[in-house]
Amino acid sequence: MMDFTPEQIERYSRHILLQDVGVEGQEKISNGKVLVIGAGGLGAPVLLYLAAAGVGVIGVIDGDTVDLSNLQRQVIHFTPDVGKPKVISAKEKIRQINPDVKVIAHHDLFTSENAFELIRDYDFIVDGTDTFPVKFLINDACVIAGKPFSHGGILRFDGQTMTHLPQTACYRCVFHSPPPPNAVPACSQAGVLGAIAGMLGTIQAAEVLKFLTGTGELLADRLLSFNAKTMNFRTVKLHKNRQCPVCGEHPVITELKEAEQTACDLKQR
Amino acid sequence: MAKITLNDEAQEVTLPLSLTELIKANSATPEMVSAQLNGEFVAREQYDAIAIREGDEVDILYFMGGGQSS
Ligand SMILES: [Zn+2]
Repeated sequence: MMDFTPEQIERYSRHILLQDVGVEGQEKISNGKVLVIGAGGLGAPVLLYLAAAGVGVIGVIDGDTVDLSNLQRQVIHFTPDVGKPKVISAKEKIRQINPDVKVIAHHDLFTSENAFELIRDYDFIVDGTDTFPVKFLINDACVIAGKPFSHGGILRFDGQTMTHLPQTACYRCVFHSPPPPNAVPACSQAGVLGAIAGMLGTIQAAEVLKFLTGTGELLADRLLSFNAKTMNFRTVKLHKNRQCPVCGEHPVITELKEAEQTACDLKQR
Repeated sequence: MAKITLNDEAQEVTLPLSLTELIKANSATPEMVSAQLNGEFVAREQYDAIAIREGDEVDILYFMGGGQSS
């Protein structure tokens, strides 16, 4: 048993009161190690809620600095943070929310070179990135290394997310390979309603906490999508695709290659 | 006319209809979606060859990036 201090018991009391979490569940959260890739629209709410929940170790990787146009939705960054590396800004907020959390910040890009090294020590990975090549890279790294992860994507008024566990459908089971460059607009071109990032990111954070505590049914073999204009939520049942290039019967992807497209042109300002 | 279910909603379509035509009729681009027919993923190269039948359940799933800095 982990010895919670009276202060921690009070801090986490609303988790401890929850029948499905309790002291044991909070211990699992406090012993959890989660890597969040991207400290932007999705990463921001994920990081805030995981910090508040007291996840023991939170890793965060992002190569960007805070831009004024980020503040409309990337709620972990504040106006005085403009120009600061996102991971530093995020780390400062996490520290203030919850000093129990150990933060490991990487001001870097997630690449085929560092992927395995980065994910190795974590129990769960969260994809909060915005480019398809990196989403596929995260998928392939996690599938090959046998790591569970949460995929998330947002665009305009829509969001979608799925959770991959070893043996359940992966992102490539659904989307075989990245779309042609520039075929799908990025938020910089198409825009996104700020709160959508919060809706999707908090769903991802909830999945992490469910995973760590072993509570409920994860979005494994299911793809959740919603449209905020209608507020219709839809869950599509998935199962492993036998022809999946990374987890299928005859995988052709057995090692990581550099992202198939190095940068999304639409991202360039 | 044939009754099918597209993304959980009942729809009436005129046969013959290929999966490609169904995707286009729903203002999507075949290269930019993933499709499940009766719970099985269909390879994109087969969209043209798949004939929609009465009672089919089709899911069209869209690529969604977004989230970090864009
Ligand atoms: Zn797969």
